[in-house]
Amino acid sequence: MPVIRAQKINFSYAEKAVIEEVSFVVDREQMTAIIGPNGSGKTTLLKLINGSLLPDSGEMHVGEKNTFRYARKEIARKVAIVPQETPAVFPFFVEEIVLMGRFPHLGNYRFENKEDYKIVQEAMEKTDTLDFARRRFNELSAGERQRVLIARALAQKPEVLLLDESTAFLDLKHQLRFLTLLKQLNRDDGLAIVFVTHDINLAAQNADKIILLYCGKIYAIGNPAEVISARNMKEVYEVDVLVDAHPQNASPRMTLLT
Amino acid sequence: MLFLFFVLCFVSLALGSVHIDAGALLRFLGKVLTGKVSIESQEELIIFSVRLPRILFAGVVGAVLSLGGVVFQALLRNPLADPYILGISGGSALGAIIGIVSGAGSFYLGIPLLAFCGALITVFLLFIVAGGAKGALTDNTLLLIGVVINAFFSAAILFFLSIVDSLELHSITFWLMGDLSRASLSEIGVAAFCLIVGFILLYGQARKLNLIVQGEETALHLGVDLERTKPWLLVLTSLIISVVVSLAGIIGFIGIIVPHMMRLIFGSDHRLLLPTSALFGASFLVLADTVARVILTPAELPVGVITALCGAPYFVFLLKRKGL
Repeated sequence: MPVIRAQKINFSYAEKAVIEEVSFVVDREQMTAIIGPNGSGKTTLLKLINGSLLPDSGEMHVGEKNTFRYARKEIARKVAIVPQETPAVFPFFVEEIVLMGRFPHLGNYRFENKEDYKIVQEAMEKTDTLDFARRRFNELSAGERQRVLIARALAQKPEVLLLDESTAFLDLKHQLRFLTLLKQLNRDDGLAIVFVTHDINLAAQNADKIILLYCGKIYAIGNPAEVISARNMKEVYEVDVLVDAHPQNASPRMTLLT
Repeated sequence: MLFLFFVLCFVSLALGSVHIDAGALLRFLGKVLTGKVSIESQEELIIFSVRLPRILFAGVVGAVLSLGGVVFQALLRNPLADPYILGISGGSALGAIIGIVSGAGSFYLGIPLLAFCGALITVFLLFIVAGGAKGALTDNTLLLIGVVINAFFSAAILFFLSIVDSLELHSITFWLMGDLSRASLSEIGVAAFCLIVGFILLYGQARKLNLIVQGEETALHLGVDLERTKPWLLVLTSLIISVVVSLAGIIGFIGIIVPHMMRLIFGSDHRLLLPTSALFGASFLVLADTVARVILTPAELPVGVITALCGAPYFVFLLKRKGL
């Protein structure tokens, strides 16, 4: 039973069509990458999955229900999103930020209990953020902030984790750690993962399925070997590339030709 | 915090155009606390029927205005927002003045109701003019909008002042500058009731405020039902502010100073920020009002003068530090 089912989704901002006739499924055991040029509708697609945008036509199912049937809190318990950046006007402690991930599980007048703090603790351990739990969020570097936001998403205990360019600010060590963590969550906890990235090799190496978006339509969808081809890259990105096999695991590897 | 509030109240009880020494005051308070409310001297009369209600009222007003500051700062993600700067107090005052001039004030709750309408219209205007901007409203734009709205309301208020007969003029002018001396006991009761109910309801939204401060998008992603939460918060806050403004006039800057100081001390978590701001706001206004009563004895200043004299420089300091 797929955890996300999109059928012929159409969506437009004002008059401009952003997503057209998009259909795909995501299974629980899958890591799905969404790639595509700037403005191809990647972030919009993520927002359609978590119900903060509703499709103009077509159906988006998360779990058993259509996204428009969910209350906000209810869908936030199923789908968590890690945004690219978040404004930090007021100084919050890192711990407080992560604790906000428990919001969809709590009533208005209920305080967090031991269980909530345990979940937060775990999320921070996994993302390697415990060291700066008592520091202010707005004093952290972009990479550290990104890890805190991932911890907050994990604290939501979702079934689906959406990531919008989360690796962009991470250094190599944390990028690797982060990908290992994603795979662990995916394999051990059955968390379905959908990530948007500009790093095509990263997608090719780590995703089970890749969705290549072009002008709001799905240009190609399938396993990395099917999607990452010199022809697709030329058509969509208008660049010449060489695609060969990665020396370690034989996934497709792309090299830009100049 | 509570301790600070009580100490301030005590000091404020003792000071005034008639000085009362601390010993006598303590004896009197002891008597009241043990349930004997017989008033034996003129001093006791002053304490009980003049100063005590006034201090209570100052506390309520200070708390409400500070809460208003906290909520608007969160909703607009701007630490300089406050009911006064944004023109919401002005809108309430205009509503109240229309009530006084037109005679609608003679109906029960007529004036507070009109003040509430004024406040709501201001909030509405604020969001319309701000153009439904999705992200954080940039500081400059927001403050500018506030200034413009304030200028418009001031003009309207002046218009009504100029057509009103001169007997009422002095009292209205005094009230406009923030006057805590005229509220009756029952009015104080209404204000206190609004404060308590408003606080309890706002406190239930504290966690949502934390999320809204992270950006509306984030709040939405984490499960805040913005379409319901935002109007609810705006109406609730406008209501308590307009009640207070219709009784006490325009008292500015508390809503900026108090939440800012509390954030420095306690951090930004609204579950702490709301109660501490309410308490400190109460203390702050009691103090300001005491100063206003004492400084020109036997005459009195409107308390709004004192808060503006402290608040305006503080505001400039905040603006400068943020490097706008």
